[in-house]
Amino acid sequence: MQEKFKLKRDYYAGALMLLIGVGAAVTGSGYKFGTLARMGPGFMPVMLGTVLAFLGILIAATALGPSEDDDKRFLPDNPQWFGWFCILAGPVLFIILGLYLGMIPAVFACVFVCALGDNTATYKSSLILAAGVTVFGVLLFHYLLNIPFPLLRGVNL
Amino acid sequence: MISTAITDLYYGFGVALEPHNLMYCFLGVLVGNLVGVLPGMGPVATISILLPLTFGMQPVPAILMLSGVYYGAQYGGAICSILLNLPCHPPHAVTCLDGFPLTKQGKGGTALGITIIAAFVGASFGITEMIFLAPFLVKVALEFGPAEVCSLMLVGLLAGSTLAKGSPLKGIAMTVLGLLVGIVGSDIETGQPRFTFGITELFDGVEIIALALGMFGIAEFMNSINNTETVDMKYAKVGVSDMFPSKADLKLAFWPMIRGTLLGSLCALIPGTGPTIASFVSYATEKKISKTPERFGHGAIEGVACPEASTHSSVQGDFIPTMSLGIPGDTVMALLLGALIIHGIVPGPQLISQHADIFWGLIASFWIGNILLVILNVPMIGLWVKLLSIPYRYLYPSAMFFVCIGVYAASNDMFQVGETIFIGVIGYILLRLDFHPAPILLGFVLGPRFEENFRRSLLISRGDLMTFIDRPISAFFLFICVVLIAAQIYVWLRKPKILAEGKAIEAQVPTTPYSELAE
Repeated sequence: MQEKFKLKRDYYAGALMLLIGVGAAVTGSGYKFGTLARMGPGFMPVMLGTVLAFLGILIAATALGPSEDDDKRFLPDNPQWFGWFCILAGPVLFIILGLYLGMIPAVFACVFVCALGDNTATYKSSLILAAGVTVFGVLLFHYLLNIPFPLLRGVNL
Repeated sequence: MISTAITDLYYGFGVALEPHNLMYCFLGVLVGNLVGVLPGMGPVATISILLPLTFGMQPVPAILMLSGVYYGAQYGGAICSILLNLPCHPPHAVTCLDGFPLTKQGKGGTALGITIIAAFVGASFGITEMIFLAPFLVKVALEFGPAEVCSLMLVGLLAGSTLAKGSPLKGIAMTVLGLLVGIVGSDIETGQPRFTFGITELFDGVEIIALALGMFGIAEFMNSINNTETVDMKYAKVGVSDMFPSKADLKLAFWPMIRGTLLGSLCALIPGTGPTIASFVSYATEKKISKTPERFGHGAIEGVACPEASTHSSVQGDFIPTMSLGIPGDTVMALLLGALIIHGIVPGPQLISQHADIFWGLIASFWIGNILLVILNVPMIGLWVKLLSIPYRYLYPSAMFFVCIGVYAASNDMFQVGETIFIGVIGYILLRLDFHPAPILLGFVLGPRFEENFRRSLLISRGDLMTFIDRPISAFFLFICVVLIAAQIYVWLRKPKILAEGKAIEAQVPTTPYSELAE
């Protein structure tokens, strides 16, 4: 009895599309649907949601049966949790520090934290890179392009 | 018709040669060439980062610059393929097959020289095609009512999603997802907020820059981090003098170049078949008709000339449907269309007459840009080769800075940065599930216009869906859609031989973690 139900990535893929599709259709049905001649705002969302849900079922269905691609894992071979964390933490810090402290700390922290995500990076190399990018960024965006983003909030530079 | 084209072109050169415009065109191709060389950076991410910086500019220099990035990146991409065997840019992946063996034989310089000549020939033909074909298409398209526009968009969306890499079903799913993302925001007719979940910032819709940088920036970096090979620079030594090909090489490359150019320009006309498909098709054809197919893969100069010429002619031809019909053929074109809209220009058949300066200026700038690129690449080849060795660990953090500040500068709102992070995470999940994110952008850009035209055509026909079949042009477009779907089902059921050959070539191309998406 080797006919065991095996999980495949395509099942996840189909399920995700089904979920988004149904979600969109249900949310969309809350808006006025209208008629074909006078479509309301809900018409397209419901229609597209239904199509997407249907596509999700098709994606999962075509993956049934034996296939050469037996990869059932969602995560890659060597998950880079730390790397992913750093890449996402960088912009989050950019938002927080940007809102409360200003452009210089935001840019510096963003680049520094992102750089740490690489396996070969050291504190020193990341610091140097972050400093370099910050200087370049301030020159380009603050002085040349004049984007409205104070360098340091509360300090008049 | 030829004489008006020449007058218009003359006017275009006047626009493109204005010092201000010329400067931005130069800047565009320079940046394009740069990101083309750098492994792990693609034109999509670059154009999205530059887009907010053009808000304060006039539309003409802005569009010239952004377009320059696209075709400039094609020149740089070839360097990476030939010298390092790294297909950083999908259209140039096939060039690795013969380009890298040539490099190993010490003829990398010749390969690069041939590439530049092929690129220029291909691009020139693509531009000429655009000059004559676009005004003609416009004449036809001006007769279109909402029903025709709607059906045409359907062709574009379907072709864009099914002909791209990967499973066609998943491609269509991504297009539909893109259309749904395009719905977010206030409804155009009633003002009803849709899918905003009560978030005020979403009332104006999802920011195109946030979508593009999330999908092609953050998701891409998450995919490549600690997953890139160290670049082997062993063979990458090229001097300017090596770049001039011998007479024998030129003779060998001449016809493949012409054939590649023609194939590429043909591919450009079919919506959804961009440069990547063009280069693969032309390589396969060249190998097939060659008297010595066994030389391919071991450093045949034809194997470099043909796909490169076809890539470049297809890249320039890509602009035809975008500029004349307002229907983009691929991701980069979708982004450029978005750029036009942001600059207050309504894309569509009226663009050429209403914004002649943009259209003809753009065409003239293509030529100027291509000449600039040849000049940039020949004497400065050593510099570009040096850039190849910049490690990824310096590249992506710097790129993340540009992503953050670019999204912020688009609307001076930190909310957009958060939106980008969110889209990036979703994008990475989609990537892991083998979804190709390119069609999302296509659906997103066309979505609002598709809905508007769909509503309008049914309003005119009083709710009669037959309007799409009763009108002959619209029926023709729908017929193409049916053919596209039927062809996909046929391929899925029968798996014909040509496809197997295509797959075989694809399998030979070295894989790299980055840049599935750099298209």
